[in-house]
Amino acid sequence: MNTIKKILGLVWMFLAPAIIWFLASQAIQKITAANSLTKSNVTLQWGIILTIFTPICIGFFIFGYYAFKGEYDQLPASSKDLE
Amino acid sequence: MSLDIKPSKISLVIGASSVGTLIEWYDFYIFGMLATIISKQFFPSDAGTSALLSTLAIFAAGFIVRPFGALVFGRLGDLIGRKYTFLLTLVLMGGSTFAIGLVPGFATIGWAAPILVLILRLVQGLALGGEYGGAATYVAEHAPANRRGFWTSWIQTTATLGLFLALGVIILIRSNQGVEAFSAEWGGWRYPFWMSIVLVGVSIVIRMKMSESPMFTKLKSEGKTSTNPLKESFGNKANFKMVLLALFGAVMGQGVIWYTGQFYAQSFIETVCKVEFVQSRNLMLWAILFATPFFVVFGYLSDRIGRKWIMMFGMLAGILTYRPIYQYFLDATNAKNRTEKIDLAHTVVSEKVASVDSKIATKLYVVQKMDTAYTDGAVFSYTKTDTINLTHRMDEASAGSIQYTQVNAKDATKLDTIQVKLKSAKGAILDATKTVQVRIASVSQKSNVLVEKTLDKTTYWNLIWLVFIQILYVTMVYGPIAAFLVELFPTKIRYTSMSLPYHIGNGVFGGLVPFLGTLIVEFTKTADNPSGDPLAGLWYPIGVASICLFIGVIYLTNRVDKEVMD
Repeated sequence: MNTIKKILGLVWMFLAPAIIWFLASQAIQKITAANSLTKSNVTLQWGIILTIFTPICIGFFIFGYYAFKGEYDQLPASSKDLE
Repeated sequence: MSLDIKPSKISLVIGASSVGTLIEWYDFYIFGMLATIISKQFFPSDAGTSALLSTLAIFAAGFIVRPFGALVFGRLGDLIGRKYTFLLTLVLMGGSTFAIGLVPGFATIGWAAPILVLILRLVQGLALGGEYGGAATYVAEHAPANRRGFWTSWIQTTATLGLFLALGVIILIRSNQGVEAFSAEWGGWRYPFWMSIVLVGVSIVIRMKMSESPMFTKLKSEGKTSTNPLKESFGNKANFKMVLLALFGAVMGQGVIWYTGQFYAQSFIETVCKVEFVQSRNLMLWAILFATPFFVVFGYLSDRIGRKWIMMFGMLAGILTYRPIYQYFLDATNAKNRTEKIDLAHTVVSEKVASVDSKIATKLYVVQKMDTAYTDGAVFSYTKTDTINLTHRMDEASAGSIQYTQVNAKDATKLDTIQVKLKSAKGAILDATKTVQVRIASVSQKSNVLVEKTLDKTTYWNLIWLVFIQILYVTMVYGPIAAFLVELFPTKIRYTSMSLPYHIGNGVFGGLVPFLGTLIVEFTKTADNPSGDPLAGLWYPIGVASICLFIGVIYLTNRVDKEVMD
């Protein structure tokens, strides 16, 4: 199971930037395609989405990195393990 | 180590905490429940879907700032105590909700209206970000080790009951006032916001009488409280990795399941299936009422068999069944699927009523209503509005509405003149004999059709049952999660550590379900398919829940931590 956790860590590390890339390309595509009436709204909407999900994806990358390094092989049994 | 607390005291702790939390949820949700009206009041009248999307964006903004509220108030809660922190959040929430009800509409103050609403919505989000973690921590720190899931599940019922209260209050006021008075700029839709100040006042009085959490009091007396909860929570790798695991392995999936089952379902039934306003809310009320006890059932069960698998099963069930459930919603409310009843359907077409645009007297709106009553009791109402452009102004008719009486050509697109009788705004005919000849320049090709469906009994109860099933998934993922989060983190930084993943999962991933769902459907609209794929919005919650389920199954443990005093 620990090997699976580590291998999946790599998957999460790959998935995080892939999600950012997907969102950014969608944002560019939709903002470019918007007409002058809806452009400001579309830009606002995608601005919100990118601002929110970029730091979350960075967190997801760190999660993948920890998993890959084996940090989740053994979960802490008590709060003392968290110090 | 365990605390010896009498059951009667725990009941009091739960009661006092739950009432305040319930009111905060109520405050937070009335905005979402009234999104359609708010979009009309606080945005330009011709903004259409973009106004609704902007309102949903403001609604979502309240969710997005919740993690920041979690950081600010979580830190305070770990520094000065749970009691005073969630007392402060209650005051902020009540004040901002009340103030939203006082903001004049776009017609009166222009763009200042949506900006003010956005600011107040952000305050609401910050307050809620601080509230929930405090209440859950407070109750968990009073509860016996083997019953933590059961006792905290009462706090878990408050979000759904807050939604129930919001729906109930809105329906009650709307039914008493009528649609027009309710939707007016200073109409009844503002009352639920104003009511908040009374509810919050009562809750503050109750909470003032509560004492501090015994675990926090003990830590404080020993001088072991954290001096920098933010640094200890997120700067310490051992703790931070648990924050990430809680978010990606449990809370983000729980968040999307919660908001799909309760918010997206209601929004879908009303705006996509076009089920009538009161009926769509009533069916939510029934479903919530039937499902709410299961929060406690699954909380109790999580003390016996562990938290993990109950939550994971709830996510899996949502992933597998959302599309068939929503497909049924569409099929059951589609007029085309009622062919066996259409022969006996009784259709009533109202007279055509026309009115001149008050600003542009060369525009004439012709409104026609059609009700189709089916044999099974369902009634589908259609209101069709055609726009006719005139060659000359019709100022003499602009004082009141006019009655559309005669069309001089068989083909509506080739109309050249119409005759009208002048009527006052209240409908009385001013001059029944006088007719006015007008020349028509063009008739708009696209009619605006509003649809409102009142469902038959069988379909209505089928929909209740299917929403109930979705809320049952919510009770599985949400019932045990407070106890799960409390047990992951140490007392001295618990408020901060558990609040952040909770509010990113629920506020960001969950809160964005209606907004992103609507947006994804917009993307599927093409010239060939102007309605788009109405089920496309479900891919967002299904995708997030699938990743979360995968991570949860692989990385989480099912062990219940008996010791949370450390």
